[in-house]
Amino acid sequence: MPSLAEKNLFSDHHAQMNILAFWFLIGAEVVVFGCLFGIYVSVQELTNNGPGAKELFNLSEIIVSTIVLLSSSFTCALGVYTLKLGKKTMTLVWFLLTISLGLGFVILEGIEFMAYVAEGATISSSPFLGAFYMLLGTHGAHVLFGIVWIFMLLIQLMMYGITKETAPKLFIASLYWHFIDVVWVFIFTVVYLLGKV
Amino acid sequence: MNSIYHYFRTLPSDIILADISFVIIIIATTFLLTRYHKWKWLWSWITSTDHKKIGIMYLVVSFLFFLRAGLEALLIRMQLAFPENEFWVFQGERFNQLTSTHGTVMIFLVATPLLIGLMNVIVPLQIGARDVAFPFMNSLSLWLFISGGILINVSFIAGGSPNAGWTTYAPLSLNEFTPGPSNSYYPIGLQVAGLGTIMGAINFIVTIIKMRAPGMKFMRMPLSTWSMLITSVLIVYAFSALAVALLLLTFERLFGTIILSGSEGNPLIWQHLFWIFGHPEVYIIALPAFGIFSDVISTFSKKKLFGYTSMVFAIILIGFLGFMVWVHHMFTVGLNANINVFFALTTMLIAIPTGIKIFNWLFTMRGGRIRFDTPMLYALGFIVTFVMGGVTGVMLGSVPADYQYHDSYFVVAHLHYVIIGATIFGVLSGVYYWWPKMFGKMLNEKLGKWNFWTFVIGFHFTFFPMHILGLMGMPRRVFTYPEGEGLGWLNFVSTCGAFLMGIGVLFFMLNIYLTTRYGKFVQQHDPWMKRGRTLEWTVPSPPPPYNFARVPVVTSGEPLWTAYEAQKHNIDFEGDYDEIHMPSSSSLPFFMGMAFLIASFGFVFEIWSVAILGMAGVFTTMTIRSFQNKNGYFIPKNKVIYNDKGVGY
Repeated sequence: MPSLAEKNLFSDHHAQMNILAFWFLIGAEVVVFGCLFGIYVSVQELTNNGPGAKELFNLSEIIVSTIVLLSSSFTCALGVYTLKLGKKTMTLVWFLLTISLGLGFVILEGIEFMAYVAEGATISSSPFLGAFYMLLGTHGAHVLFGIVWIFMLLIQLMMYGITKETAPKLFIASLYWHFIDVVWVFIFTVVYLLGKV
Repeated sequence: MNSIYHYFRTLPSDIILADISFVIIIIATTFLLTRYHKWKWLWSWITSTDHKKIGIMYLVVSFLFFLRAGLEALLIRMQLAFPENEFWVFQGERFNQLTSTHGTVMIFLVATPLLIGLMNVIVPLQIGARDVAFPFMNSLSLWLFISGGILINVSFIAGGSPNAGWTTYAPLSLNEFTPGPSNSYYPIGLQVAGLGTIMGAINFIVTIIKMRAPGMKFMRMPLSTWSMLITSVLIVYAFSALAVALLLLTFERLFGTIILSGSEGNPLIWQHLFWIFGHPEVYIIALPAFGIFSDVISTFSKKKLFGYTSMVFAIILIGFLGFMVWVHHMFTVGLNANINVFFALTTMLIAIPTGIKIFNWLFTMRGGRIRFDTPMLYALGFIVTFVMGGVTGVMLGSVPADYQYHDSYFVVAHLHYVIIGATIFGVLSGVYYWWPKMFGKMLNEKLGKWNFWTFVIGFHFTFFPMHILGLMGMPRRVFTYPEGEGLGWLNFVSTCGAFLMGIGVLFFMLNIYLTTRYGKFVQQHDPWMKRGRTLEWTVPSPPPPYNFARVPVVTSGEPLWTAYEAQKHNIDFEGDYDEIHMPSSSSLPFFMGMAFLIASFGFVFEIWSVAILGMAGVFTTMTIRSFQNKNGYFIPKNKVIYNDKGVGY
């Protein structure tokens, strides 16, 4: 059952429209990532005599970044929970933790990419690597965008407090954040785990 | 200085002419705007968030693109008029640029935005809403479309146009075969325009789901609104597939991936992604036209639409099946037979809901009191033309026959029969029908009939011979053909038809000019001889900025007609007058569009500083927008009452 605060925060007609619109945007994003996965799966064997998934990936490093990103989803959910309770400081703390974890993930991914490039596995080495960098790069760009976006929303939260304007914005950003985490689950499974099989 | 002089010396004459006319248009526009003190007026339109003004701007800009791409069509037909002809400079490379930009502009910058523009004006009116759900985003959609459009159009005089066909198949479209900026314009320009289209679609969906007037249930919505809802859903899912295809092509051309390249990669990926978008796109530009025709035919037959429910479900079914047929564009690439059979069957399945719609239109007319005004003439022209295009569509859908038709003029004939037959006839029908609602003046009927007959007769003269040319084996996308093959006279007929179509467009422009200059304002809300059935005819023509002074009460699928039948002049409105909240106008969408334009030029020419500068502009405007909180203003109650009743209280 939605709490009283939640009703008041998100029941506004305009907030409802924003949330609905955002679900359709996520629908479009599903197609975007679906197509990128399609490209990746269809060319993953085309390694152009270069390294394939099996040789390239180091699962233990990936598991670290996976844990970092997925725990950010947990802190994000806690942030929305405290947002609904109207606790401004706790919301700030949880969301700051969320974007810090997100930043950690992006840095880890950057280190991973640089290591591959140092081994000579660049974006133009093979169709497999091109599709790999496109898929992972698009996801990473989404994470980066989410970090900047949530950071700006936190500034607004500090300026105006939890209001009918700031609360739905943060809620929508949390939807976005969960979505990119779900995409990562698929990337981890399809690219890394199945790549190692 | 010397090098600039040398550069101009080496330009071909067509580019020089384009440059000169470009400069003349810029100077003339600047002069006229200054002479009549219209800069402020122009700025008020540019920054407007009123859905009606945005819709009209969509229509105006895409009509300009229509003229440009139509001119290209005439140049193409001039080059093909005679065997072994050499018209001006349009052979080989130049001809490829013509056909590529003709197709690209017509599909992406004419057909799609013309319908979006018309629906932008009409849909909120039809559901009893005061604006769209997101007026700011609506304006942003418009400016992204214009930026993308400018990019594709400017390519002709800045670095060369895309020349790998409107489908831009890899590997021809890759750096290896077409170096230089020309084919980079295509993915980057369309990416920007496509982003705007996706936003526009989400806007329509939320508007239609969340902003209907009380009593306007889903199954009471007019067919135009229904078709736009389904179209928007198609746009959200199809254009995002296109976005990935374009991203892929951008990566191939700018960042050196080799996914699509012929030797290491798989060029078929482009074709799949393109047609996963491309076939729904056909329905994206056809369904709204179906909606317009449903409204027009019902109004001008003075009858309720026959089989409303089946019409709605036919649209949904077409939209659904539209995603399952894309491989019929790729029958000849050598996928296995079972795949081809599956897609042949789904293709032919689409004929069933389409057939339902055709028969429903015919039954709507049966026993009706039909008036043959221009909108209705276009609707009738559509039925005949579209059935012909549909039949050739089913022919193309059968795999063995397609091996013969593929890449021949038969396909060109088919696609023009369905796209012009549905979209362009639909837009013209809708523009004649809703012109009084948009501008308060009726378009001239006499000129309208001249426009219709020249355009439609010209159309059939242009494209019917192409069926035969295709069956005789003439391939598409060639700039000439040998003498003595019997192709000459059919091509000549086709060229004559194209010029007749051009004359039809001139009649249309003349009509607009004369109506705007000399036409009288209609005073009625419903200028079509009291035949209006839907909510847009219950408000003044043109409507006030807030559309409805009070909220309309909807009690049936055809509220106005129900009121007429009860001997009333208009429907009932609910509640008392009150002040009305309006979205404030904003210049941010314009600047964001321009920032995208700058960034795109940077990407096309691979000048990274410009690209980064443009993207910084994009993110700056986004940040400013994120921090804007207080939005909008109120129209005071007195003014609303005065506008609605014409008397001061």
